[in-house]
Amino acid sequence: MSIFIDKESRVIVQGMTGSEGTKHTRRMLASGTNIVGGVTPGKGGMIVDIDGHLLPVYNTVQEAVAGTSANTSVVFVPPRFAKSAVIDAIDAAIPLVVVITEGIPVHDTAAFFAYSQSKGHTRIIGPNCPGIITPGQSNVGIIPADISGSGPIGLVSKSGTLTYQMMFELNDIGMSTAVGIGGDPVIGTTHIDCLRAFQDDPATEAIVMIGEIGGDAEERAAQFISEYVTKPVVGYVAGFTAPEGKTMGHAGAIVSGSSGTAQGKKDALEAAGVRVGKTPSETARLMRAILKG
Amino acid sequence: MEFRVDLFEYQARDLFEKHGVPVLAGAVATTPDEAEAAAKAIGGKVVVKAQVKVGGRGKAGGVKLAENATDAREKAAAILGMDIKGHTVGKVMIAQAAPIDSEYYLAILLDRSNRTFLVMASVAGGMDIEAVARDTPEKLLKVPVNTIEGLSKAAALKIIQDAAFPSDIVDQVADALVLLWGVFTSEDATLVEVNPLVKTSEGRIIALDGKVTLDDNADFRHPDHEALIDRSATNALEEEAKAKNLNYVKLDGEVGIIGNGAGLVMSTLDVVAYAGEKFGGVRPANFLDIGGGASAQVMADGLSIILGDKDVKSVFVNVFGGITACDAVANGIVQALEILGARATKPIVVRLDGNNVIEGRKILMDAAHPLVEQQDTMDGAASRAAELAAK
Repeated sequence: MSIFIDKESRVIVQGMTGSEGTKHTRRMLASGTNIVGGVTPGKGGMIVDIDGHLLPVYNTVQEAVAGTSANTSVVFVPPRFAKSAVIDAIDAAIPLVVVITEGIPVHDTAAFFAYSQSKGHTRIIGPNCPGIITPGQSNVGIIPADISGSGPIGLVSKSGTLTYQMMFELNDIGMSTAVGIGGDPVIGTTHIDCLRAFQDDPATEAIVMIGEIGGDAEERAAQFISEYVTKPVVGYVAGFTAPEGKTMGHAGAIVSGSSGTAQGKKDALEAAGVRVGKTPSETARLMRAILKG
Repeated sequence: MEFRVDLFEYQARDLFEKHGVPVLAGAVATTPDEAEAAAKAIGGKVVVKAQVKVGGRGKAGGVKLAENATDAREKAAAILGMDIKGHTVGKVMIAQAAPIDSEYYLAILLDRSNRTFLVMASVAGGMDIEAVARDTPEKLLKVPVNTIEGLSKAAALKIIQDAAFPSDIVDQVADALVLLWGVFTSEDATLVEVNPLVKTSEGRIIALDGKVTLDDNADFRHPDHEALIDRSATNALEEEAKAKNLNYVKLDGEVGIIGNGAGLVMSTLDVVAYAGEKFGGVRPANFLDIGGGASAQVMADGLSIILGDKDVKSVFVNVFGGITACDAVANGIVQALEILGARATKPIVVRLDGNNVIEGRKILMDAAHPLVEQQDTMDGAASRAAELAAK
């Protein structure tokens, strides 16, 4: 078991014929993902050969789903076309869309998120995220497949490289699923969505939740943990040294006034019974102690 | 690279005017001469307002009423160059003066927590809205707006009525709110705030002072936004970094930081600060995320800025190779040091992990640059960089 993706995932790549799309389709195929086709408006009917895999290209997600029975889409299209690509996927009622694209206007994200909510049948992960991996089964996005194998830890993080770092720290134990939910101000899948899924997933024994400064997602997650999650959760929050009012890379990562500080998030998580590490390696040690102690 | 483009008041005024939101005549001036000319063109009494992106300018003496154009020149001369909470005043807005009857508050913003847009309205205008929210939350109405449906006149009327605006101005304020929604959506703003929205003694509704934050991810459909970006930075190093499109923030410590990915770099700052506690309290000198690409040129640009920071005593390069392989990063470091030559003078601690780490570490070992040393772990490298900065 796992969350959101597994060996049954049949994946199409929106933007597969672009340079990023092609590069990452190759990497996903190499890590065993069942890629069944691609979508590029205007290029329907093409067959693309990627490392011996002959992949059909469709004009719309609807056609791709009809032709391949795909149940997952991953989006690599440039920011200006991302909104219509995601809406195309929602219109095809595909259950999962993973949006890797960085730099999508937040009005566009807010619009396609609201659209997905109104339809009620499509989960969006991202945008501006590294994607999701269930090691040994499916890898949808850009997370390097060789960092960690399969195991009992569920991992959720906004940050890409911090996801990689934490998977690396814990690769002696392994992951059920690792999800990078993205650093934009509006994202389709939240910490809470992942915590709920991990709690309900029999293959996940313990959860690592990585947060960072800005917003109140971690505080909300802490509240959710105290109400719903009975599996052990270890937390890490980045940004203790970030000064107020400065954006640290991620659009979301800004401390304004007294809200959104790393200390506030750590306190909220600890109050919910989450053990919070000061560094990624200490966080990994806390997790190791839980699973091996 | 910055996501938020906060506009000056005069830029917000111009955007409001463009979208039909009622505003008073106003013009920006950077010299007393320009201020006098602007005041003459407007005619009558004017207000000279410091253009700074920080609150509390009125208390700091940055807003003054001028009786006429000559007076406006004197007031502008006094305000230009003034320091307001660390911001040097480089521009003033000359605005038509108007007799004010009452003050209100309107805002439209992105509500991250609920992943939607939010209208905020209050009859307690002209005050610090965070204080209003804290002390008298019943006076601040917050209403989510459905992103797909938008804000109709009927919905705006209901909001303004529910916020208990006086009945004689409800219709005018609702019109203003619909126009502000137009600014918010058509300009790709994440914040449009009017504080105060005033009723003049003649009964007109005017947006007297505004704040607008634009989403620079949307610049591709707003070529005119380029001109609104404030290129001046409070710090020369940040200015240089901006010019090179680097995601850099100057901090006050001694250990220069380069990493890939915002989360990992933030984490690196923290780990260095903890390690620094053992070495006399050394701290990170900056945030610098070189992102996914991490080419030799980006690495050289980044190192050049960090080595140009006189506070920096050591540098910590912390890279986890994902898409970017460690050998590419290692080559980037080697080439960057060739480009920098004698300008590279400070010890550089490198920690590489992830994609092609063995090749990457070997490249650095073979290059054997006297300033570069490698560490196997993030914590070990942070500790070593802090130790080198303590000497």
